[in-house]
Amino acid sequence: MGERVYIFKGFERFWHWSQAGLIMFMMLTGFEIHGTYSIFGFERAVNYHNIAAWSLVGLWVFAIFWHLTTGEWRHYIPSVEKVLVIARFYSSGIFRNEPHPFKPSQLNKHNPLQRLTYLGVLLFISPLIWITGWLYLFHGEWSAWGLSVLQLEWVAIGHTIGAFLMLAFFVSHIYLVTTGHTPTSQIKAMITGWDET
Amino acid sequence: MGLNSLRQSAGCVLAVLLYLFSVSALAVDEPKPLKLTTTADHSKFKELQREFQSGPEVTKACLTCHTEAAGQIHRTKHWKWEHLNPDSGQTLGKKHILNNFCISIASNYSACTSCHIGYGWKDANFDFSVKENVDCLVCHDTTGIYKKPPGLAGNPVIKDMELPPGSGKIVKGIDITKVAQKVGKSSRDTCGACHFFGGGGDAVKHGDLDSSMAAPDRELDVHMDATGLDFTCATCHKTSSHDVAGSRYTPTAMDKGGAHIRGKEDNSNPATCVSCHGNGPHKKEERLNQHATKVACQTCHIPAFARGGVATKMNWDWSTAGERDAEGKQVVRKDDKGRVIYESRKGTFTLGENVKPEYFWFNGDVNYTLVTDKIEKSEGVIRINWLGGSPTDGKSLIWPVKVFRGSQPFDPINKTLVKPHTAGNDDTGYWKNLVWDKAVEAGMKDAGLPFSGQVDFVKTEMFWPITHMVAPKENALACVECHSKNGRLTGIQGVYIPGRDANKLIDTIGWGIALLALLGSLGHGLMLIAARRKHQGE
Repeated sequence: MGERVYIFKGFERFWHWSQAGLIMFMMLTGFEIHGTYSIFGFERAVNYHNIAAWSLVGLWVFAIFWHLTTGEWRHYIPSVEKVLVIARFYSSGIFRNEPHPFKPSQLNKHNPLQRLTYLGVLLFISPLIWITGWLYLFHGEWSAWGLSVLQLEWVAIGHTIGAFLMLAFFVSHIYLVTTGHTPTSQIKAMITGWDET
Repeated sequence: MGLNSLRQSAGCVLAVLLYLFSVSALAVDEPKPLKLTTTADHSKFKELQREFQSGPEVTKACLTCHTEAAGQIHRTKHWKWEHLNPDSGQTLGKKHILNNFCISIASNYSACTSCHIGYGWKDANFDFSVKENVDCLVCHDTTGIYKKPPGLAGNPVIKDMELPPGSGKIVKGIDITKVAQKVGKSSRDTCGACHFFGGGGDAVKHGDLDSSMAAPDRELDVHMDATGLDFTCATCHKTSSHDVAGSRYTPTAMDKGGAHIRGKEDNSNPATCVSCHGNGPHKKEERLNQHATKVACQTCHIPAFARGGVATKMNWDWSTAGERDAEGKQVVRKDDKGRVIYESRKGTFTLGENVKPEYFWFNGDVNYTLVTDKIEKSEGVIRINWLGGSPTDGKSLIWPVKVFRGSQPFDPINKTLVKPHTAGNDDTGYWKNLVWDKAVEAGMKDAGLPFSGQVDFVKTEMFWPITHMVAPKENALACVECHSKNGRLTGIQGVYIPGRDANKLIDTIGWGIALLALLGSLGHGLMLIAARRKHQGE
């Protein structure tokens, strides 16, 4: 047993897991709305998707406030220099049982690859989904907002692209979580807040 | 207490008695138990207290008080059976167009004009200016006994008579005097006497108008519900100067004008949904109001037509008409429900109940293929009428439509549709003799049109927008009826419908990326497991 570091604070863990639940539920209902399968039926899928969307908006209001007031936003500042080291670890070192080149701490929770990935999610996937999702929700207001030139199809396609990227992120994220020193150690860290290295 | 006050008391009692007496003497007319909707009891009018021998006699009596009524009627489509479409310039109306049901009134007047609001239109020479020829009773009858059988050019049977002549069938005369004395407002029954039976029988033509609408329940028509709102036709088809609002030739496909308000000048069609409900009727779900900018109210609120238990005709193939049995007699065949599906004089029918409409962009423009228009059989299906509309013209909504399909006679040399003489107890009437060329020759001659002598058959379609049989809101279409692959709006172009539409390329790439992420993860994981096993083994 190595040393234990308290990495993830209470709110952060709450934010992570409720966001995870909401996003998984929105992927489930979203792809039903997309016509991929039928589980709840179209009407309920739409209603659930909207409720989840507004819940996520509420959650984000708190999360943004928390990140700004605590300075936690700094964990998403990209650091380019060690990205290659981390990439090299996951593509070869990990198979040779080399130690992870990054040690998380309270001041530096995410390894450089994580920083870059989460920043990508925050700066690209999330805005794409948010903006298209809001436009989708307020379709009836487009002409009042001077957006008559918009086509629902473009907005829907943008939203769908965002959903696929989120799905790809989700799959990779789930897998990488299991590549800690035991398959469940990283999940435990996100549940208890304590990272064991 | 003295004598004085006693005298005063006696005086009071006397005064009260006198008052009571005078009141009872004046109160001869008791208040009616029911609140009447009219101020006139026509049976009390001297002009109507006589025996009437004919329809025009009754009209003459009506006109002694309602001096301007005939003039009002003479201006209407109901009277003229003629309508000049100001947009297309086409002269339409039953007098001119043909359809793919009984085809045309030319040469068949005596039968067809049993639904004319007049008396005596038996041939092309009918005088439309005669006031007494207006039939007041057919719309204002409240007794339900007033009938105008086919063959009498719009006249009712007053004295018992054999009809058709020589058939041995006796039609009983009606008490037209009683009908005249009990006139009142129009009703579902009076309008329905013709409009429920368009196309030659109950439910044949419209699909959303049939005898079940005389006293519908809530499920069939939420507005006309006989034990509920109890609308008559005129509640929506708000009539002024005898001119009934609403038209199949120039319908209102999109009404942006909101609900009608008293005192606000508004010449728009009062028969639209919007004219009462406004443009934002869905109070709880703004998203539905947003749908209404693309979708007609009728599309969601009339989930199916012919819902009242009476089947409507969906297809009429005239080309199979003419069969005779071994004895040379005309044949009638019925399906297992007892509904006629073949008649020698008419051909083969397909019937439908609870029919899902077809859906089209519709902007209110209706154009017709007229008998004078050239057609090519090689074009395939000839559209007797067609609906204008597109997703981008800003005037169209997605409408439910009954598409009536069939096959009917045409002239392959002159390349026109034809107007055959069908009804008629004579040598050229098709329904009697089953001979096409004679029937078409007689019909075209009556219409003053050329005929080559040859008859062929061509497939035709007619488009009937659906607007009646509005279901209660809980029975409106569920989202998934359209928001699904192969849903009701499969053929509708120009709108992105979530659940129906997806960009194939984006979907392929998207699933590809997700699959790559999954395969990459699995591959990486397997390699990791193998590496760790190997390491442990060392």
